Amino acid sequence: MDLSTTYLGFSLPHPLMPGASPLVDDLDTVKRLEDAGAAAIVMHSLFEEQINHEILGQETAVEQHEESFAEALSYFPRPEEFRLGPDAYLEQIRKIKAAVRVPVIASLNGTTPAGWLQYATLIEQAGADALELNLYYLATQAWESADVVERRKLDAVKLVKQAVKIPVAVKISPYFTSLAHFARELDEAGVDAIVLFNRFYQPDIDIEELEVVPNLQLSHSPTLRLRLRWLAILYGHVKAGLACSGGVHTPEDAIKAVMAGASAVQVVSALLRQGPEHLAVLRRGLEQWLEQHEYESLQQMLGSMSHRSCPNPQALERANYMRVLQSWRQ
Amino acid sequence: MAQRRMITVDGNEATASVAHRTNEVIAIYPITPSSNMGEFADEWSAQGKKNIWGVVPEVIEMQSEAGAAAAVHGALQAGSLTTTFTASQGLLLMIPSMYKIAGELTSYCMHVSARTVATHALSIFGDHSDVMACRQTGFALLASGSVQQAHDFALIGQSATLKARVPFLHFFDGFRISHEVDKIEELTNDDLRAMLPDELIAAHRQRAMNPDRPFIRGTAQNPDAFFQAREACNPFYLACPRIVQETMDEFARLTGRAYRLFEYFGDPQAERVIVLMGSGAETAIEYVEWALAHGERIGLVKVNLYRPFSLRNFLAALPPSARRIAVLDRTKEPGALGDPLYLDAVTALREARDEGISPFATEPLVVGGRYGLSSKEFTPAMIKAVFDNLQQDRPKNHFTVGIEDDVTHTSLAVDSDFDIEPDSVSRAVFFGLGADGTVGANKNSIKIIAEETDNYGQGYFVYDSKKAGAVTISHLRFGPKPIRSHYLVKRANFVACHQYVFTDKYDMLDYAAPGATFLLNAPFGPEEVWDHLPREMQEQIIEKRLKFYVIDAYKVAKDTGMGVRINTIMQTCFFAISGVLPREEAIAQIKKSIEKTYGKKGPEVVRKNFAAVDHTLAHLHEVKVPSAATATRRLPPIVSEAAPDFVKRVTAVLMAGKGDLLPVSAFPVDGTWPSATTQWEKRNIALEIPVWDPAICIQCNKCALVCPHAAIRAKVYPPEQLAAAPPTFKATDFKAAEFKGWKYTIQVAPEDCTGCKLCVMVCPAKDKSNPKHKAIVMEPQMPLREAERENYAFFLAIPDVDRAALKLDVKGSQFLRPLFEYSGACAGCGETPYVKLLTQLFGDRALIGNATGCSSIYGGNLPTTPYTVDENGRGPSWNNSLFEDTAEFAFGLRLSVDKHADLARHYLRTLAPQLGENLVTEILQADQSDEAGLAAQRARVQALRAQLAQIAAPEARRLEILADYLVRKSVWAVGGDGWAYDIGYGGLDHVLAQGRDVNLLVLDTEVYSNTGGQASKATPMGAAAKFAMAGKGVAKKDLGMIAMTYGNVYVARVAMGAKDTQTVRAFVEADSYPGTSLIIAYCHCIAHGYDLAYGCEQQKLAVDSGAWPLYRWDPRRIASGENPLKLDSAPGKTKLADYVRNETRFRMVEQMHPKRFAELLARSEIEVRNRFIAYEHLAKLAMPATTPGAPPTEKES
Repeated sequence: MDLSTTYLGFSLPHPLMPGASPLVDDLDTVKRLEDAGAAAIVMHSLFEEQINHEILGQETAVEQHEESFAEALSYFPRPEEFRLGPDAYLEQIRKIKAAVRVPVIASLNGTTPAGWLQYATLIEQAGADALELNLYYLATQAWESADVVERRKLDAVKLVKQAVKIPVAVKISPYFTSLAHFARELDEAGVDAIVLFNRFYQPDIDIEELEVVPNLQLSHSPTLRLRLRWLAILYGHVKAGLACSGGVHTPEDAIKAVMAGASAVQVVSALLRQGPEHLAVLRRGLEQWLEQHEYESLQQMLGSMSHRSCPNPQALERANYMRVLQSWRQ
Repeated sequence: MAQRRMITVDGNEATASVAHRTNEVIAIYPITPSSNMGEFADEWSAQGKKNIWGVVPEVIEMQSEAGAAAAVHGALQAGSLTTTFTASQGLLLMIPSMYKIAGELTSYCMHVSARTVATHALSIFGDHSDVMACRQTGFALLASGSVQQAHDFALIGQSATLKARVPFLHFFDGFRISHEVDKIEELTNDDLRAMLPDELIAAHRQRAMNPDRPFIRGTAQNPDAFFQAREACNPFYLACPRIVQETMDEFARLTGRAYRLFEYFGDPQAERVIVLMGSGAETAIEYVEWALAHGERIGLVKVNLYRPFSLRNFLAALPPSARRIAVLDRTKEPGALGDPLYLDAVTALREARDEGISPFATEPLVVGGRYGLSSKEFTPAMIKAVFDNLQQDRPKNHFTVGIEDDVTHTSLAVDSDFDIEPDSVSRAVFFGLGADGTVGANKNSIKIIAEETDNYGQGYFVYDSKKAGAVTISHLRFGPKPIRSHYLVKRANFVACHQYVFTDKYDMLDYAAPGATFLLNAPFGPEEVWDHLPREMQEQIIEKRLKFYVIDAYKVAKDTGMGVRINTIMQTCFFAISGVLPREEAIAQIKKSIEKTYGKKGPEVVRKNFAAVDHTLAHLHEVKVPSAATATRRLPPIVSEAAPDFVKRVTAVLMAGKGDLLPVSAFPVDGTWPSATTQWEKRNIALEIPVWDPAICIQCNKCALVCPHAAIRAKVYPPEQLAAAPPTFKATDFKAAEFKGWKYTIQVAPEDCTGCKLCVMVCPAKDKSNPKHKAIVMEPQMPLREAERENYAFFLAIPDVDRAALKLDVKGSQFLRPLFEYSGACAGCGETPYVKLLTQLFGDRALIGNATGCSSIYGGNLPTTPYTVDENGRGPSWNNSLFEDTAEFAFGLRLSVDKHADLARHYLRTLAPQLGENLVTEILQADQSDEAGLAAQRARVQALRAQLAQIAAPEARRLEILADYLVRKSVWAVGGDGWAYDIGYGGLDHVLAQGRDVNLLVLDTEVYSNTGGQASKATPMGAAAKFAMAGKGVAKKDLGMIAMTYGNVYVARVAMGAKDTQTVRAFVEADSYPGTSLIIAYCHCIAHGYDLAYGCEQQKLAVDSGAWPLYRWDPRRIASGENPLKLDSAPGKTKLADYVRNETRFRMVEQMHPKRFAELLARSEIEVRNRFIAYEHLAKLAMPATTPGAPPTEKES
């Protein structure tokens, strides 16, 4: 069965790949992912904010105690190769590149124009085959309009597109007043792919201690629904390729994603739960399903259930919502 | 041959640079001020830097200097080129091995940053008392007097020892040279190779122990052999001076820098000559140079090779014209006829005369004098005083210079206004905070000026005796010639104050020369700043016609995203207005160094720093100075009027930074100082202080428990006490069943708080509608200061609750007055809460022996000390013996206290007929196991005293002296993990084995904190520390488990931030246990690398992850058939990774070597789990009640 697909200009044997996750921290795991047939390796993001935060933390916790007391001008060894900032990440790109043959897609979340620019360039120089820009940003300030936020994101994307030659994907969240419009603007900025969607960190509340507690929830299949809907809406309306990220746990989930329009399907939670080898299970399942249903190739079903091609497009629009509510009442 | 570079380094780096490149094995132990040499060596080896033979030297940290010296001895005996770095007590610990190394004629050069040996007090500063204690070991003593010389002599010593076979101790003045930054010419590897030919190294190796050509060394010799054999080494000592001179000559041919064993500088016909060594000689050269230019005929002999002392070379250096000679020693030998160099000089001249080789027609008069103990200033004015003394009819002998000795009148008068510094030297003084980066910026400025221009530069930095809110004073010089002024800047062309609050604290403009520039960082514009200066400052600005500039650096820092880091901003100001460099060039250089320093940290950090530089000039303003002072505000008094006389006369002068002016008579003769003095030093260093909300407070007293500075306290008291309360004093009803109807207050000491936030973080009481608001919140100090000062004074005056009525748990313990307060410990210190708790529970009857380290520094560093007294005048009696001997020292305290008690009981029985059997029996059989029992015993002793006054027998007088020992005393040894796990472990172990009632408190920061973060055996696996840069590869030593194996030792492992109830219980149990007790207390520390506000949270994570299990092993339980071990925590509640990743010490390993970190983390997890399993097994063992358990409670009396 021909499962091949094209994503970010790469001809891939199939659309399944690990999404941005800590799985890539360990080289052995990366190799296991490749052995399990990963079509590409997507790295987790290099967070400029985290780098700056760590530097700031180091300044207050380490540097401010230096040169203060005669007996101890410092409290830590000063290794020459102490890697602050992006060094460790860039090193990991190099190591992964050296370890695998499949394309390596690095990821970046910047906060300042200089950061976007410099880190994107460094990532390219480190040998990444493509770059996924993670536009995660929680707009919490009331004085910041949606337009300002969108403009800033687009400016960053344009900056990076101009600076690097490798293909650029953009990973976005679903929370846009007009997602289709924003996607089109990304498209016009020349991005090579759009990844749907980022999952926001959603902390919990401890009702005993009256504290907000960090809580990472892995996705489940229902998480996929939102992706399916927007893949379906965007497919065919943007030149950029589409990738699905979030909620793919079974071969059926992957099939839905491709039918909705995803040329690439990123998997994280299922791999974290079941190990890298689960990727092979998904690929086999996908293949079997296509064979059982007598598809000629994966391409045959790509976008088949998109807004443009599905038999009942209105179901993807508002009516969907109405009907679901009614069915629940009944 | 490679081109030599000019570098700007301090003496330690200059020395280590040669030592590391010319040795193979380096065994060290950290000690101030030599620690940095070992650290440099360790860093370079960790970076793979090779010595000149292409091998990376092995740098190893030992458990003590004795261990380091022994390892050195072994490495030398096996034929390696070996060195060490040390000072002071460390050097003393090496002496036994040094005798051996010298006796075996071993080629070896060690490097010492000479430091004062502790006598009546410890001092970390420089003099020659340590080196002079090694005169008799058979080592050659080579003294360098500048950073360049330290660099050069490190090589000359290394080269000469290989030729001479006499081992060398190369030394230079601690701090003055070890920490002084200078521009020097760096020796290349080719230079080093040229001085260390292969054949000499081969010969050294040939002498090594080797089973392929065996011999025996280290025999025991008898009267028939030893003496002759001891004399057999003589030829080597006789040849040594010639070899050193030849080596110096060879060095001169190579580098152009010529040295002599004894160097004469001055008029060839000089009549007055002084003899001295070290950095003081350089300053003396500066003075002699000036005096020669002013027509004086004087000279000096600088001693470079002190041992072996070459009589002929010494004579050759002295001008035959000399009539009067003063020999200066930087050490004191009480009781000696004179100090060592003086005695040597006198002996030399006498021998010369007797042998007929004296160059003098008339024998010169020789006097000896002492200078510079503990880095006391040694200035041209003092040198002038020494020469002036030689001009007297009868020059004073055995004089001192640099102090006023109004007791035995040894001191010479010094003209303090005398100054000879040339105008070609720019001088600058900067007042800053440790935390604001002033010193770092100044070091960078010196680098810029010295390395980018032809100028020479010098930097010397004076640090605070307090760790929290530490003040730094930087002294910088720049000039066209090498700088020999090894003393503080007195008349600066540029004075900078980086903190506006200092204007009320320090007489900074005293340093300003007339016409100098004064730069002030203040939150005021150029128009209003004048009105915010105290009158004294205004007067000096006008009188000295200073150019006055102001900048609001904190605003610039905030606007440019720099937070509170003002270093770059103030550095830019310095260059902009000092004129040391052209402004544009200076700014370009600053930016270059910013890129170099911060480039790796990412573009944002560089951008912010650039922005700060660019914004600075727009905010830097010259202030128009009025013609007359306008301020009515004067500098506030240093201490309050209420302070005791001694504090006003002595302590306050020290606090004002004017201690040099105090005469000898002001000081105690034996190191005994009054305690309870920190209360007079109101430091006001917190920007924000805690504010209490009684409505939300649940009255748990946790805030008071964790406060490192005893600056937030709890009290419960009858309501009538509130009658005269100040208007803003807060009180609420006490909520517990006891003390019904009483009031409760949490009060902050606004001027003593350091703003660490531990109290706020630990506070469990949250406003239900607005949980952000706790029962304690931080608010700006300034607006609260006045009112809270009054409230605090009122609070302190409320009588303390009766100790006997309290339950000694977390809450109850905090109603006891802390007898350890406002110490100089770091803000957020993790050690001091334990020390404070100890004093609350037992302080009124505690004797404390304290190991050298953080706890001895914040516990006993002048000017003010934190141990204090209760309303009865009782409080901890504290002493610091040494670093290594604290367990034994405390053990000695116990022996003595017990002996006193024995004797008191003996007299009691003797006097029983007069005293009445009832009282005597009651006293002898008193139950003193709790506060009520102790109070009853104190009452009985009081009654006893009343009765004794009526009895005439001599036994009554004797008993009066000893009666207090009838009240049970609590004896404590307190120290850090460096003491307990490493250097003092042997003694600690011995004390554990004795079973006597000594309590050992280990404040475990898992690293040498006081000397700056070197690894100890308490350092956990995976943590980076100096000498364990890649993360410690072996697990933390389990000291508690070792102690438990004795069976009869009470052992507790506690972490106050994780489980305070267990901590308090362990302290109470340890005190009550009649045998030896060991408490190992987890202490968060700035050497862990995170914001210490989170200290308690990290402690909790340490415990919950199993890294720090809590337990109590109480042998008393055995007697009742119980298992002695009680586990007070369970592991696995959180992951080890969640604990360690929050701390830089672990995190930096992950950043350096992610794979190694992952491995160490995995191994640590296994280690932690296995250890806990072992504890669990131990805790489950059935212990038959027949085992002995606790020792007998009291000896039969």
